[in-house]
Amino acid sequence: MRLRTIPPSAWIGMAGIALAFVAAIFAPWLAPYGEREVIGQVWEPMSRAHPLGTDNLGRDLLSRLIFGAQTTLFVALAASVLSFAIGIFLSFFAAVTRGLVDQGLSRLNDLMMAIPTLIFALVVLAALPQKLWILILVMAVLDSTRVFRLGRAVAMDLSVMDFVEAARLRGEGTVWIIFREILPNALSPLLAEFGLRFAFAVLFLSTLSFLGLGIQPPDADWGGMVKDNSDGIIFGIPAALIPGATIAALAICVNIVVDWLLRRTSSLKGGRDG
Amino acid sequence: MADPLLKVRDLEIGACACDEDGNLREIEIVKGISLDLERGHVLGLIGESGAGKSTIGLAALAYGRGGVRITGGQVLLDGQDILELGPRRIGQIRGARVCYVAQSAAAAFNPAHRLGAQVIEGTIHHGIMSRAEARARAAELFGILGLPDPATFGNRYPHQVSGGQLQRAMTAMALCPRPDLIVFDEPTTALDVTTQIDVLVAIKRAIRESGTAALYISHDLAVVAQIADDIMVLRHGETVEYGSTRQIIETPQKDYTRALVNVRTVVKEPAEQQSEAILRLKNISASYGTGPKVLDNVSLHVPPGQTLAVVGESGSGKSTLARVITGLLPPSEGEVVFEGTLLPPRLAQRSRDQLRQIQLIYQMADTAVNPRHTVAQIIGRPLRFYHGMHGQRRRERVQELLDAIEMGRGFSDRYPAELSGGQKQRVAIARALAADPKLIICDEPTSALDPLVAEGILKLLMKLQRQTGVSYIFITHDIAIVRAIADSVAVMLNGRLQRFGPRGQALSPPFDAYTDLLLKSVPETKVGWLERALASRRMESGGH
Repeated sequence: MRLRTIPPSAWIGMAGIALAFVAAIFAPWLAPYGEREVIGQVWEPMSRAHPLGTDNLGRDLLSRLIFGAQTTLFVALAASVLSFAIGIFLSFFAAVTRGLVDQGLSRLNDLMMAIPTLIFALVVLAALPQKLWILILVMAVLDSTRVFRLGRAVAMDLSVMDFVEAARLRGEGTVWIIFREILPNALSPLLAEFGLRFAFAVLFLSTLSFLGLGIQPPDADWGGMVKDNSDGIIFGIPAALIPGATIAALAICVNIVVDWLLRRTSSLKGGRDG
Repeated sequence: MADPLLKVRDLEIGACACDEDGNLREIEIVKGISLDLERGHVLGLIGESGAGKSTIGLAALAYGRGGVRITGGQVLLDGQDILELGPRRIGQIRGARVCYVAQSAAAAFNPAHRLGAQVIEGTIHHGIMSRAEARARAAELFGILGLPDPATFGNRYPHQVSGGQLQRAMTAMALCPRPDLIVFDEPTTALDVTTQIDVLVAIKRAIRESGTAALYISHDLAVVAQIADDIMVLRHGETVEYGSTRQIIETPQKDYTRALVNVRTVVKEPAEQQSEAILRLKNISASYGTGPKVLDNVSLHVPPGQTLAVVGESGSGKSTLARVITGLLPPSEGEVVFEGTLLPPRLAQRSRDQLRQIQLIYQMADTAVNPRHTVAQIIGRPLRFYHGMHGQRRRERVQELLDAIEMGRGFSDRYPAELSGGQKQRVAIARALAADPKLIICDEPTSALDPLVAEGILKLLMKLQRQTGVSYIFITHDIAIVRAIADSVAVMLNGRLQRFGPRGQALSPPFDAYTDLLLKSVPETKVGWLERALASRRMESGGH
């Protein structure tokens, strides 16, 4: 693949994602002030000292946004990776084994999906201690139901192909068939889905934080920042809109890149059939 | 002499394709083809896949399939260059004066509408006939094409008729508006030989009675020889030879044409029958789920180092036989005995060594090898899995196997997408060989390949048998292959064994009715074979 074949929209998307990750990784050096440092009045307007103004407690909004990228991206990424690990393994296992295992896993998955995700998460998170790893685990398990659906559909298509049958005839075990025969062929659609799921994870985390069950203060995270500053909207103060816009921008950037990846994978598929 | 109906001059067609670096590049598919077609004549276009024959056929409708562009030359229909017409004028010609019959009628009909409505749709759209006239015309054509109940045949849905009938209905669709020219694109390729002969006869008669001209595209010279007045042999988008059918068949000038005419050069004398058997099937019956029996009381055996050919049309149970032997489908009754020991019915119950002894080669090499594994990985896996070979030893053995399948050593790092169809099938053969099996089941390994490539594969299989003493079960619908390579023959029909025995005995009279029909339906590359085959068929039905 050549760099020139990447469309400009994909470049914009990748630049946006890169910006967010750079901010997250180098937050202590980039941020002008500390994450929890109260440095001025409540909801100060934008100024030279505070390019985005201050928040509801008088902390620098830009600094909080940069530190917030750290938590938001880390939690979303960890939850997505975990959900894919769970979802892919279980779905491929179901598709390859068929029969009762497939029925059991698929119906369990249906059962999980039947309960609205947000309500499920609210109940579980309210009952369990508020720790970061529990938050990640709950998000991952809930998201893995979607991955399971896609993974099973892709693996079902692949598992009836002759080369999988040839592997079975050779006497290969389930693990070889899942990881060596099916996974390499399912990788492109799954990667595209990963981008999409990552954007949803950012949104979901923001929603949870907004409702007070995600990242706990005083740690910064984008969804929590919207919630903290939402009262300001009544007084015409834009502090809540800025983290909101950041969430939207990241989601759009990820989706642009995913769109491009999907186009690429569909052309790859054509190559496989032909 | 009057101008010919269709006159193609210096036709050049190009397409965009990606090379290895992903750069778009213009490639030439058709390089300066010229041909003439008189009214009422049939021109056969023949060549292997990629020769550009379908592209030329579609150019007669001024149509280029996705990404294909007509870059030069003229296509004159009655003296008018249809390549220069606008979309509206072209639309008036397509489906009215020039019609098209596709290879897969099953995919070309809309399953939600009745056949009759679809057959007359184009005719009515072009305002050539009124609905009532078109209906009458369709019924008349159904009769000419030998379809059952011509008056009511059009009331059926596509799924209610057989594949051969569907192909004839499609021919009726093309003939309905009384076109000047019909393009037949491999109309019988997807059909069984016994069905193919009926469709061929119907098409030939319909063409003659309606006086339309036709371009008949096929890769099978024997089929084209029955129906065409002239034949053009194509290769890599260029004309190899162009002349009357008799001239091409009986006195071919070019080497390539000669190779096509005498494609069966593999001949193997049938071996002496041995009483011992490497594989013995005893009274096997099998069905899918609770469905009807797909195999019914089949008993046969394969002597060591010999080839058993299993012949039959689609649905006869020959592929199911392979599934039972390999353990993919446990039989409901009967047993499989391999080298004197009873094989467990299920794949999961067989030992690794039992699995190693029986290998399978698939029809579609495209899907039989993992597209994300390199050739070395594909061939190397059985070496490691069955023989525990590692590192240098495994690499050396892979190279030996690449030599054995007559492919260069440079292929080991390539992916299947970078191989041709024939090369992919060779890799699949090498994978089977790597296991060091005693028996290889070949499930139509050559039917998806061009004749000359298929010939190469057959030669390779025979050579490997001489070298390694492996036995084959060769599943096929092609009697010509059976005649060439089989030591013993099993003919199957509807899951039952119709005939089984040494080749000489199985393929000589007296025949049962079905074997007789099967043998007589295989086209021979001879002018006038179709008429003779029909005559002998009629004589017999008169005799009964």
